[in-house]
Amino acid sequence: MNSGFADRKYILNIDLSSYSYSVEERDDLSEQIGGTGLAVELMKENLKPSADPLSEENVIVFAIGPFTPAYPLASKTVAMFKSPLTGNLGESHAGGRSATSIANAGYDAIVIRGRSEKPVYIVVDNERVHFRDARVLWGIEDSLITGRIIAEREKGRGIRSIMRIGGAGERLVRFAGVMTETYRHFGRLGLGAVFGSKKLKAIVIIGRGSREPLDAKKYREVYDEIFRIATTSDAMKKYHLIGTPVNVAPLNELRALPTRNLESGFFEMTEEISGEAFAENNLARRIACNHCPTACIHIAALKEVYEDEPYFFKTIMISYDYELIYSLGSMLGVGERDGILKLIHRVETYGLDAMSTGVVLSWATEALKKRVITEKDTIIPLDFGDYKGYLKAIDYIYLQPNEFYRNLALGVEKAAEIYGGEEYALSFGGNEMAGYHTGEAAYIGYLIGLRHSHLDNAGYSIDQKLRERLPPEELIDLLVKEEIWRQILSSLVVCFFARGVYTPEVVSKAFEPFGVEISEEELIKRGERIYREKLKLKTNLGYRADKLRIPEKIFNIESFRGKLNKNYISEALSYYRRKYLSI
Amino acid sequence: MAGLLTIKDIEKCVGCGLCMYACARRKVRKPFIGHDHSGILAVSLSGFERGATIIVCKACPDPPCSQVCPTSALIPRKGGGVVYREKLCTGCDNCIEACTIGAIFKRRDGKVALCIHCGYCASYCPHGVIEYISTKQKVSEKQEVIK
Ligand code: SF4
Ligand code: SF4
Ligand code: SF4
Repeated sequence: MNSGFADRKYILNIDLSSYSYSVEERDDLSEQIGGTGLAVELMKENLKPSADPLSEENVIVFAIGPFTPAYPLASKTVAMFKSPLTGNLGESHAGGRSATSIANAGYDAIVIRGRSEKPVYIVVDNERVHFRDARVLWGIEDSLITGRIIAEREKGRGIRSIMRIGGAGERLVRFAGVMTETYRHFGRLGLGAVFGSKKLKAIVIIGRGSREPLDAKKYREVYDEIFRIATTSDAMKKYHLIGTPVNVAPLNELRALPTRNLESGFFEMTEEISGEAFAENNLARRIACNHCPTACIHIAALKEVYEDEPYFFKTIMISYDYELIYSLGSMLGVGERDGILKLIHRVETYGLDAMSTGVVLSWATEALKKRVITEKDTIIPLDFGDYKGYLKAIDYIYLQPNEFYRNLALGVEKAAEIYGGEEYALSFGGNEMAGYHTGEAAYIGYLIGLRHSHLDNAGYSIDQKLRERLPPEELIDLLVKEEIWRQILSSLVVCFFARGVYTPEVVSKAFEPFGVEISEEELIKRGERIYREKLKLKTNLGYRADKLRIPEKIFNIESFRGKLNKNYISEALSYYRRKYLSI
Repeated sequence: MAGLLTIKDIEKCVGCGLCMYACARRKVRKPFIGHDHSGILAVSLSGFERGATIIVCKACPDPPCSQVCPTSALIPRKGGGVVYREKLCTGCDNCIEACTIGAIFKRRDGKVALCIHCGYCASYCPHGVIEYISTKQKVSEKQEVIK
């Protein structure tokens, strides 16, 4: 099956309400490429815009691209759904073995709809789908243990992906994610809660398969070229060595590392929590997504003595990244590496999104200080720097023992709507912010990025590269241009870290062995189309970039270019509305 | 000169599977995309929190897989391991049972895939886990250890 490159796409449809499935062969979807492009199309076909994200009407799409598993670094799966966090389109990407398993099982996309009566997990075993009783697994709050149990029960070692939720997804925390292969996540925008609402504990995808390229010689040549660029050029070096945390120190230097709910962009304990410090003191192992030579997943070993028993140790392996060090470190004022690792581990256990969790807690800490809420709400005192308190608070986000934590589990946008403190509720489009206080481009990027992710258009990098502010119109065009190219990458499901490897030229060449001729210009055109279609879908779901709330707080603190300019942002957004939203 | 695929440092394996996809591509005229024809499998050690490893033929000098093959599709190879004569394979799976380390894999077409020690994959491991050496080298290194 899975023709990959030809004009045919194979879509596996799974209905949880009737425990049935079917495979659809489509020849009208090649324009969409795969990944994001394909997922947008399938969402348009399957999702009622008015659907309640936590009802059986919501739809989950997993889509991969034509380069998986033909070439290295095409290792991502795009998940799309209606987000219970923002009420708008949810899109989240993860690697691990998810993409190659779907590809080897013979599918381009999997669509899940309906809702199971009782807890289940699904096993996709190439052409067969099994619905397994998950009543015993339901209630196991630890996503790691859930993964281990399923791994023991099911076959397919080495050629499968186990996507599962922890307790946070079961309890519908709106920013719960789905974990895969332990350290990779469909983290953002609440896919875990959508799983939970469907009583879906996990999906196992076992894929064994192969296909042949049209031009054997050419295929091996192009493969070797991509492999060579990926392993010998500088294109991936940054991610090789220290990994993404290499950014902690330079961003702090720039006053761009959000600290204590953005009280500052400078964290005085950065030396302790820099990428270098983690690498030096904690890094124990690196692992890779399937078919990726880089192995950017950095894993720390945390050795802890038992509280009540000396000479008795436990050692936990925890994967860390820049975003986690920001959200559970500087943002919460935590300057101890061990503390950050423990917080990461707790978040991973329950299957929460780390960025959202950090921002929600940093808001709660400030709100408590400002007496917008009281300790009766938070049950325990929350203080910047006190990671032990935050560990407890994360338990409460999962358990939701009172009304306050029930509201906090809705995300910071909703919590601030209920309690106040909106000026310092740091979310954009309902999504808690990423760790870049670099300047206007970053924030405009969060607002207009169709995932509200820093990775949509890399505004943070434009801020850092440009000496002077661009005219707002030019900035918008630049951001949108970048996002359009990234639609291609995420439709090919090429890891964004490999964007230096997959230039338009390389992408076009990589299609050739499969009998597909596609020029660089044509690629951009398709990117534009995918961007437009996604924007249309988002608009249908109620998205208005220029109507989004901008938390006042971002204007209060210095960035490396001084304070942010409000007029500049609103001029930029009004240009965006005129040029892009009216289409 | 017959060569052997050997493990240089298994602890360095990151589980990326590049070797596995390389093995599927190894035939100049008929490279496969995917892993169904691959004689090497990258796995995690009961979850990636415990690391990763590969499963591949260790080139037994007295290979049990070949002894249980009813059609002589697997015959002992000079220097260790086996030669796989695919045409003769009936897909009985006896060899899969016989290989204690599980280095023979079932293909979807019923036949099997296993390492034939061609060495193609070795240059695709980005982390120096595997290595292609001449059979002689293996013997001499062993002798050194004995000395
Ligand atoms: S396949 Fe297994 S039994 Fe056969 S030679 Fe290799 S390791 Fe030995
Ligand atoms: S040595 Fe050849 S046959 Fe053996 S695993 Fe590597 S590529 Fe495959
Ligand atoms: S290519 Fe190397 S690091 Fe990757 S799975 Fe194979 S042996 Fe391990």
